[in-house]
Amino acid sequence: MKKNIQNILKQLVCIVLCLAVVVPFYMVLINSFKSKSEAARMSLALPKEWLFSNYVEVIEKGKLIQGFSNSLSYALTATIVAVISCAMASFVICRKPTKLNVFIYYFVLCGLFFPVNYVTLVKVLNFFHLTDNKPGIIIAFTSAMIPFCIFTIRNFILSVPIELDEAAVIDGAGPIELFFRIIVPLLKPTLVTCFILQFMGVWSDFLTPLYLSSSSKLFPMTMAVYQFFGKNKSYWNYIFADIILTCIPVIIVYMLGQKYIVGGMTSGAVKE
Amino acid sequence: MACCTICLERVVTVNKKRIYPQWFLIIPLVLYICFFLFPSILGVLYSFTDWNARSAMTGINFVGLQNYTEIFTSNKDYVSGILHTLSFTVVSNMIKLVPALLLAIMLQEGLRGKGLYRTLLYLPSILPFVIIGLVFKSILNYNTGLLNMVLDALHLGILKQKWLSDLNVVWKSIYGVDAWRGIGYVMTIFLAGLNTIPKSYYEAAQIDGANFWQRIRHITLPMLTGAIMINLVFGITYGLKVFDIIYVLTNGGPGHATEVMTTYSYQLYSSGQYGMSTALNTILLGITAFIGIMVVRVMSKKEVQQ
Repeated sequence: MKKNIQNILKQLVCIVLCLAVVVPFYMVLINSFKSKSEAARMSLALPKEWLFSNYVEVIEKGKLIQGFSNSLSYALTATIVAVISCAMASFVICRKPTKLNVFIYYFVLCGLFFPVNYVTLVKVLNFFHLTDNKPGIIIAFTSAMIPFCIFTIRNFILSVPIELDEAAVIDGAGPIELFFRIIVPLLKPTLVTCFILQFMGVWSDFLTPLYLSSSSKLFPMTMAVYQFFGKNKSYWNYIFADIILTCIPVIIVYMLGQKYIVGGMTSGAVKE
Repeated sequence: MACCTICLERVVTVNKKRIYPQWFLIIPLVLYICFFLFPSILGVLYSFTDWNARSAMTGINFVGLQNYTEIFTSNKDYVSGILHTLSFTVVSNMIKLVPALLLAIMLQEGLRGKGLYRTLLYLPSILPFVIIGLVFKSILNYNTGLLNMVLDALHLGILKQKWLSDLNVVWKSIYGVDAWRGIGYVMTIFLAGLNTIPKSYYEAAQIDGANFWQRIRHITLPMLTGAIMINLVFGITYGLKVFDIIYVLTNGGPGHATEVMTTYSYQLYSSGQYGMSTALNTILLGITAFIGIMVVRVMSKKEVQQ
């Protein structure tokens, strides 16, 4: 009996918390279909008339197609380059723990904590003629995710048996063959985790493009939404539609990669 | 970790130089040094100059500690920005860690619908801050916002607040939104940690007559050190660098009541006072470096022990 009451209480707590998460989403979704005056009241009632045209309007006015393709190209390129190059680096760091490599590992690890100094980063990018163009933004993203990727991937490689390397080498594999044909398939879970987490990180990032993109042509979706909000403060129906469209890609990635996120996020920390 | 020593002995047989080439390190190392570390160091140097938007014409001059004295003595209240950053780091972490731990323990004990709850509660932490900021800007609106509307409907009108413009409430609103986003994330890490604790420990404790709190104190907490550590590290670094959520929710207002270091730094950058901006950034770098080095030390010690 006591157990039952406890269970009911627990379920209640969980349901209330989940409602606190779901209701804002619901509010945004339902209001994105309303007319301007109806949406301004932000009620939870169903719209009198479902205006799917809000979405068409927002995609045009908010330059969302451009924002989407910018976000996608930043996130994909930066993440792929970072994950592959960091996997190679962590492999060598882990398998050949010379003094230099151990130092490099902790040296890179410091980047987990440091804030990026955007003011001087702009200056450095300027020197390489990388300001106000896509490669510059991508390089900034890639560099910022290196510490996390090396940290996570190295922790995983520790558990990959070294006998595999020996066997491959005896069979005549060179370093590149050994790494890409033997090691990478084994690293798949951690690589996917890194990829998903960093992809979502870039997609959500606001500060980097805020400093590095002065022309709206380079704006990713987050910036496009914010700019749209600044221009159309009273059109909450459009703003909500814009919000929904920005969230959908991350939510899809989250749903697809859920098991990797939860498993991998903690791999470094919790296995002790 | 024991496998590593075995590996070390064995690998001697293989030519390490050939199969683990050092050039595998080049891309990340070059990018990290050029576009992450070097700007930080450059920032430290520039923080002693009068670098600003007009420097293209007048040149950049060394001014010693002038930027720092201005930060600590001017009436612009940069000091309160520094204090806000520190208090945000402490308070936001406490608000998230404790409830998240209790929640994780609750879910771990086997509740029906655990998977669904976990998925839903984690969801907010994947969304862009800008989005969350905008959504809560509408929810916390005094006249039309959802929160005040719900309070009205529950006849709790007295609790209604000007959530984002009342000086006494605005920080609480920010902490609330931050917790809304972060609790699921922290909880997920705790859940993963709890999963590694063998059930038999609890059974043994139960036989010995330990009550709920004793079990938490003597089994759960000590076994969760790793998860707590990682949550603290992520939480502290996040707190010190916090920008998006404050920028979107309040933009530092009302007045300068919710400015933090990063928002000040961005303001100084956009008004062309680059030297001042880097000085503020350098102070932040100092704080994070201090904490970071301590954490890396603890971590490397642990690895040596293992």
